[in-house]
Amino acid sequence: MALLDVCGISDWLKEDGFNAKAASVDKVNHFSFAARTPEFAVPVGVDPAKFLKPLTDNEDGVNGVKLELEHGTTTLAFKFQHGVMVAVDSRASAGSYISSQTCKKVIEINPYLLGTMSGSAADCMYWERVLAKECRIYKLRNKERISVSAASKLLANMMVGYRGMGLSMGSMICGWDKKGPGLYYVDDNAVRLSANMFSTGSGNCYAYGVMDSGYRYDLSVPEAYDLAQRAVFHATHRDAYSGGTVNIYHMQEKGWIKVSHENVEELYHRFAAEKK
Amino acid sequence: MSARYDRAITVFSPDGHLFQVEYAQEAVKKGSTAVGIRGKDIVVLGVEKKSVAKLQEERTVRKICVLDEHVCMAFAGEKLYRKSPECSVVSVNAHTFIHHTYLSPGLTADARIVINRARVECQSHRLTVEDPVTVEYITRYIATLKQRYTQSNGRRPFGISALIVGFDYDGTPRLYQTDPSGTYHAWKANAIGRSAKTVREFLEKNYTEEAIAGDNEAIKLAIKALLEVVQSGGKNIELAIIRRNQPLKILEASEIETLVAEIEKEKEEEAEKKKQKKSS
Repeated sequence: MALLDVCGISDWLKEDGFNAKAASVDKVNHFSFAARTPEFAVPVGVDPAKFLKPLTDNEDGVNGVKLELEHGTTTLAFKFQHGVMVAVDSRASAGSYISSQTCKKVIEINPYLLGTMSGSAADCMYWERVLAKECRIYKLRNKERISVSAASKLLANMMVGYRGMGLSMGSMICGWDKKGPGLYYVDDNAVRLSANMFSTGSGNCYAYGVMDSGYRYDLSVPEAYDLAQRAVFHATHRDAYSGGTVNIYHMQEKGWIKVSHENVEELYHRFAAEKK
Repeated sequence: MSARYDRAITVFSPDGHLFQVEYAQEAVKKGSTAVGIRGKDIVVLGVEKKSVAKLQEERTVRKICVLDEHVCMAFAGEKLYRKSPECSVVSVNAHTFIHHTYLSPGLTADARIVINRARVECQSHRLTVEDPVTVEYITRYIATLKQRYTQSNGRRPFGISALIVGFDYDGTPRLYQTDPSGTYHAWKANAIGRSAKTVREFLEKNYTEEAIAGDNEAIKLAIKALLEVVQSGGKNIELAIIRRNQPLKILEASEIETLVAEIEKEKEEEAEKKKQKKSS
């Protein structure tokens, strides 16, 4: 009604009224999480994507202010004949300040699913915990564990909604399901890729170098542990934003195990001794 | 101003009944019979095909519908128009239903809505989960949809029961049945619609391990079950089968005729044997 529109009340009324789109009667789909109607937690009155675009895309930014959303970390994962190896560092940095050397960058979603985190710590932790919740609900509803492809798809769909709004997350979802070992890379741009080897973060190029030179699909288990550890260590050695400890997980058919967590200092001395 | 429904139609009676749901179940009981059988490597759906009017194209009447490559369903419910000599009028709030005792293929319109939603959900599941739906999942979806329509403003329940058959991703055959209230159960063999009770009793007697030992045996069991209640034999039966990893196949009239002839022969042989036993 016209009067209601003028008063601005008709917006509220629309929520109360029978709105076919909003009515939960019609929405039986369990894969639209967060809300029956897609809602995004964004500031009122601001379009986050429009606000952020000039700051990140243009060469000079806005009034000399340019934002670069880097993923300051090194994480890697690779598939081999005995499952999936996951290795991460543990440094959290805020600019040039090291805020933590003991940060947990692997989230244990369930005994058969792991997620790694790189990028903004807050974004990673939040969204991967939402993913963990969705995985638990899936298991309750369908009486079987969610597949790795489905879990990574859910995370990618979460990212799609916030595209361009400044989320920063580079994650690898690793697991073992009915189809065997699974490894997916999911990005804040909702990129979702499956391959045998990934490395994310500011130290990824160093890690790739080491991994590529030593990787074979038919590695033995101790060889794979060693390769994963070396790759992350060398990345922490050269990348300023990676360091702390190297945490290694091994995803096997009966679930993941935590292999080791060694401080990079000790690793440095160990590898240096080997050279002699 | 948007019209807003502020009253539910399906509400409890003093003694705890949801009459609209029960009326919907009555509507189902008047629809044409459908039978479903779960074999070892095959699932079979058979429906009673009512004879169409002379000028009507036969192929537009389809009661067995594909939901996805590996899942299909048949429904039973009553169509609501066409007066017939015996007519009763039931009025509920603003809606007036005209029941008639003449058999007709189900509340096809209701079924169409449910089938459309189920088909979309099957594809949506493939997209998000990268796996085909399990039969249980899509049955649960349909049942949840039906239940929501028994508990919301201005809506009546769907007037159909459905038999949903198919194979899961791991190759297990499944048969589920839903009803207008939104409950669902798994079955080895079941029937819905008119004379469902008779058919189910027949199935309870005759569903044995040997009866479903082979694909052909399972199909014949379905035909035998339908023949119990269908007049004028094979040409009023529509049969669909799904074999593991194969798409839905609707049997030709000639194939059904062949199978009916085989069944008749087997019956005669049985009768002969019994006669001989008696005389000896």
